[in-house]
Amino acid sequence: MSPLRTLRTLLVIAGALAVTGTLPVARAQGAARANGFLQRWLVLEPIRVAGQLTDSAVQAAVTTPPFPAALTHVPRHGETVTVGDTEVAWHVVGTLDYNLNLYHFAYALHKPTSNVLFWVVTVVNVPREMSNVRLAIGSNAASVWWVNEQRVIGIYNDRQTVIDDGVSKRLTLKPGPNVVRAAIINAGGATDFCARFLDGEDRPITGLTVSLPS
Amino acid sequence: MGVLAVVLAPTLLALDGEPGMHDPSTVVVDGSRFYAFGTGNGLPISVSDDGWTWRRAGGLMQALPGGRPGPEVVARGGNNTWAPDVIRSGDKYFLYYSAPGTQPKSAIGLLVGKTLNPDSPDYKWEDGGPVVWSDGIEDSNAIDPGLFRDPLSGSLWLTYGSYFGYIRLVELNPATGKRLYPNRKAIDVAINSEASVMIARDGWYYLLVTHGSCCAGANSSYNIRMGRARKVTGPFLDSAGIDMLQGGGKLFLGSQGRHIGPGHFGLLDLGDGVQKFSLHYEADLDRGGISVLDIRPLLWRDGWPEAGDNFMPGTYEIESVRTGTALEMAVQGVPVGGPRGRGGRGDGRGGDPIPAQDASQMSATWPASAIDVRMSPYLLQAQQKWTVTPVANAGGYPGSPYFKITIAGTERALAATPDHELTVIPAFSRGPEQLWRIDQLADGTYRVMPKATPESRDPLALSAVGSSMPTLARFHPDTDRQRWLFKTP
Repeated sequence: MSPLRTLRTLLVIAGALAVTGTLPVARAQGAARANGFLQRWLVLEPIRVAGQLTDSAVQAAVTTPPFPAALTHVPRHGETVTVGDTEVAWHVVGTLDYNLNLYHFAYALHKPTSNVLFWVVTVVNVPREMSNVRLAIGSNAASVWWVNEQRVIGIYNDRQTVIDDGVSKRLTLKPGPNVVRAAIINAGGATDFCARFLDGEDRPITGLTVSLPS
Repeated sequence: MGVLAVVLAPTLLALDGEPGMHDPSTVVVDGSRFYAFGTGNGLPISVSDDGWTWRRAGGLMQALPGGRPGPEVVARGGNNTWAPDVIRSGDKYFLYYSAPGTQPKSAIGLLVGKTLNPDSPDYKWEDGGPVVWSDGIEDSNAIDPGLFRDPLSGSLWLTYGSYFGYIRLVELNPATGKRLYPNRKAIDVAINSEASVMIARDGWYYLLVTHGSCCAGANSSYNIRMGRARKVTGPFLDSAGIDMLQGGGKLFLGSQGRHIGPGHFGLLDLGDGVQKFSLHYEADLDRGGISVLDIRPLLWRDGWPEAGDNFMPGTYEIESVRTGTALEMAVQGVPVGGPRGRGGRGDGRGGDPIPAQDASQMSATWPASAIDVRMSPYLLQAQQKWTVTPVANAGGYPGSPYFKITIAGTERALAATPDHELTVIPAFSRGPEQLWRIDQLADGTYRVMPKATPESRDPLALSAVGSSMPTLARFHPDTDRQRWLFKTP
């Protein structure tokens, strides 16, 4: 594969991070967009945690979020929060692939990649009310997901990112902005995630736009 | 235990109620009822509201003047009424019956009616006279009609015959039920068999016949055999290339389990790719050795039909064909034998066997309330093992009763929710959302459906919407989403 025809698929919209991925540009873009994957996210620099991935450990990690308004606030790029005695920043990150690679995100920032908790947020614009919709995600490793502050998915234990691994029950997206957020815990090794919405027939919903505070 | 103790013995029963029957017709659905007709005085009628529990409903000939075959039929054959078959054509039913005299002098008579429901004001049968016959000398015995509509052309065909010589084929007029070309010679398609009928799939025509001897109880050697052809008129060759006109026939079904002498195949196509077949056993050892009707799944493998089995009660892993993950009650799993490090170290001899994990070891930590359902890689854990048990007096579907599906060793039961999702409730209470229909599909996998879903009139099936998420959704036969494997844990 020609280096000129490959594109690193993790793009930092504002900031300078190392990048990853080897898919041809056109193929990566076309496939991801056609299949409805959400490709722009606000990602918080990793927070150190014990890295336990069992149901109870993950639920405990998110039941009391590590910083105020973690489940309600939509941050801006560059905004910081303090966790314990550490200040961590939000970054707007985009991907041209179906998934967003958190390992490279953290590595590029010289942050830890193992035994860490990532918080991610995006805002999906919905043109009209959409019922019988499902959020469908994959994550490496365990993750918990919320749509408009309603907890909709929890998947646990060490696992790889598989498209449509965790799927919510049927839910309704309201007209206008809908906030999707997740807490992803990695114990070690690679870490990434993907997310999209499925319609009432379990087909990917395409054409939704994402808008993030800049 | 209460109602939970009211379950059937864990055996594979051939239908419920009054399934006694010999030489059954194809099972036909009219309205919401299933009908089958068999050999006997006046052509006995069997009716079922669900395809599982059957009852006798008098004789078909009661609706005819004189209660017997018409005079032309008697003249060509005889007074007996055996082995009927029935098919709908337009707004009519054509029922063909065997009227043998001293075999092989026999005739097949036609009856024409608008409904199969004896309670309908339109219920009436009219004598259509003899359709085919054998004179007692020729190499044919004109009994055992089998009807076939060619799905490609819509043409209607009748096969018939029994041991004296050939199985023969004639084309019928779909408007009248009589022969379309009465002056043409019937086509010989097989020999030395009976109970013939044809089916079609993927450009092949299949001729199924019954070999062996009938009517000797547990000593009956009846077995169903088949050949296939590219043309409706044959030649029908078996899988070894032997023409059925020369005695060929690949075995479709022989005696098995507690059932001896299967014969008289009939196709019951339920739509959505779900096919079953009806048959009788010469001897059902669980019912004193009488001949009974049964309905079983019809599978397909390498271009040939294959007899499936109705679902066997037992304890299973329930695995999604689509995702390879297993249905489980959403509680935190514990490794079998408890947490431990990597295996395969030490002196290489290993340690003591690790016992299986069951609910009695784990359930103390499980919430007492209803629990979500999810899917995970199968790790032999207690929350991943399901016991499937038939439920008595709760109705059924063609070939089987409804089942309850519980976490093995508990009464925690799988149930459908009003929002068309799944839950595990603390105890089974016989609600329709807790009763499950398990149909084997053509590829041997299973479709799993609740008897009813609260707030839904549509039939829904267990569906793997994601690797970790089961739900209920309309059945789509062209995907793996609703195909499941039941594996012995």
